[in-house]
Amino acid sequence: MNTFDLSVVLSGQYHEWLVSGFLLSIQLALITLVIALPLAIVLAVLRLAPYAPLRGISIIYVEAIRNVPLLAHMLFWYFGAPELLPAGIKAWIYQHNIEAVSAVIALVLYTAAYMAEDIRSGLRAIPKEQMEAGRTLGFGFISTMRLVILPQSLRVTVPPLISQTLNLWKNTSIAMVIGVAEMMYQAQQVESATFRGFESFAVTTAGYVSVSIVITLLSSWYQQRYPVRSA
Amino acid sequence: MLDIIQTYGLYYLIGQYPNGPLGGLLMTLILAASALVLAFPVGVVLALCRISPFAILRVPVTGMVYVLRGTPLLMVIFWAYFLLPTLTGQRTDQFGTMLVALVIFDGVYLAEIIRAGILGLPRGQMESSRSLGFSYLSTMLLVILPQAFRNMLPSLVNQFVSTIKETSLGYIISLSEVSFVASQISAQLPTKPIEIYALLGLTYFVMCFSLSRFAYWLEKHLAVRSAKV
Repeated sequence: MNTFDLSVVLSGQYHEWLVSGFLLSIQLALITLVIALPLAIVLAVLRLAPYAPLRGISIIYVEAIRNVPLLAHMLFWYFGAPELLPAGIKAWIYQHNIEAVSAVIALVLYTAAYMAEDIRSGLRAIPKEQMEAGRTLGFGFISTMRLVILPQSLRVTVPPLISQTLNLWKNTSIAMVIGVAEMMYQAQQVESATFRGFESFAVTTAGYVSVSIVITLLSSWYQQRYPVRSA
Repeated sequence: MLDIIQTYGLYYLIGQYPNGPLGGLLMTLILAASALVLAFPVGVVLALCRISPFAILRVPVTGMVYVLRGTPLLMVIFWAYFLLPTLTGQRTDQFGTMLVALVIFDGVYLAEIIRAGILGLPRGQMESSRSLGFSYLSTMLLVILPQAFRNMLPSLVNQFVSTIKETSLGYIISLSEVSFVASQISAQLPTKPIEIYALLGLTYFVMCFSLSRFAYWLEKHLAVRSAKV
């Protein structure tokens, strides 16, 4: 066995591969977060809507998405869904970065389902008198949600949302199955090019863990700075 | 979709067995069940280390838990794939690799469930048992863990759901579980990816949804029972 030598992956071409993978992983996570969060809020509010069909849509969405592994979502959006598109659009989309687009779609749908549940339990922590008082004062359902309920639920909701972001960060690694050149993919590329799996995986693990630790620290900082106020 | 099920249904369910290796849906279930069963003792030991008064046990295990929880399962699978042959000196098959990765990964998550279960019991249980002359270990095995087990049963079922979903990552190391089998079928029927992957999603949904409903039922049922006591 070769001796442990980090210099191979800390400089030169293979280092660049890993860094580009790391940056792509971060990009995937950020883009997903930005799209998934509003979607999750909409789903959570729908879940509490006064009309049963709206609640039904939200329940079906959350249960259908959460009970299927992310890998199956990715395979579907990469291999299956493009077949549904008309030939012209399909050709166009295959010329562009279809792997990353499929991965982001799968990640957004998957993450939004989990975040919606966290936001919903945060919203339920607000006493229902708040909603009643808002409605009595003449605000509509949406305005009461936006102006009264959502701001109050932030303190309860943000910590679980941060830990969902941690899950999202780890889930970006699954995008390698459909050939997105994120960090995990690059780690494997470096391993097969250099046969230095130990070094390549050690650096990649350090990359994942360091971002995870930053996210965890962010969560504990938030909980200290904005503790849940008990009424 | 029916003709696909007719032609490939058996392959989808049990792989090439009996003419070849076992695979498909059955493989997924066997893998998930054995991973959870083997991970449970690992979880108990890790949980006991996490709440141990001795820093020499607590600190390294806590560090390990934090590192593993910040690592994707895929990374653990790669490590297992890469390290196991080096450590054991012989080739490890995909099933063994995946099982080891899942046991380590789930052990860490189970440790948190078990720790919460143990810490959720009143302190008096430990104190009264110790004052009756039981040692720490006998108290744990005879008094604390059986009671904690009941409280964590719903979380354990939910962890089983997660484990079933995690086995899908065996796809990456060509383990012939149900996702991999689905992709093999799709390779033979290149015109029908939507049907095949929708069927795959539906399969996971039926298994995981019924199990998580069961966990929910268990939670309500157990809550009612303990309220009566």
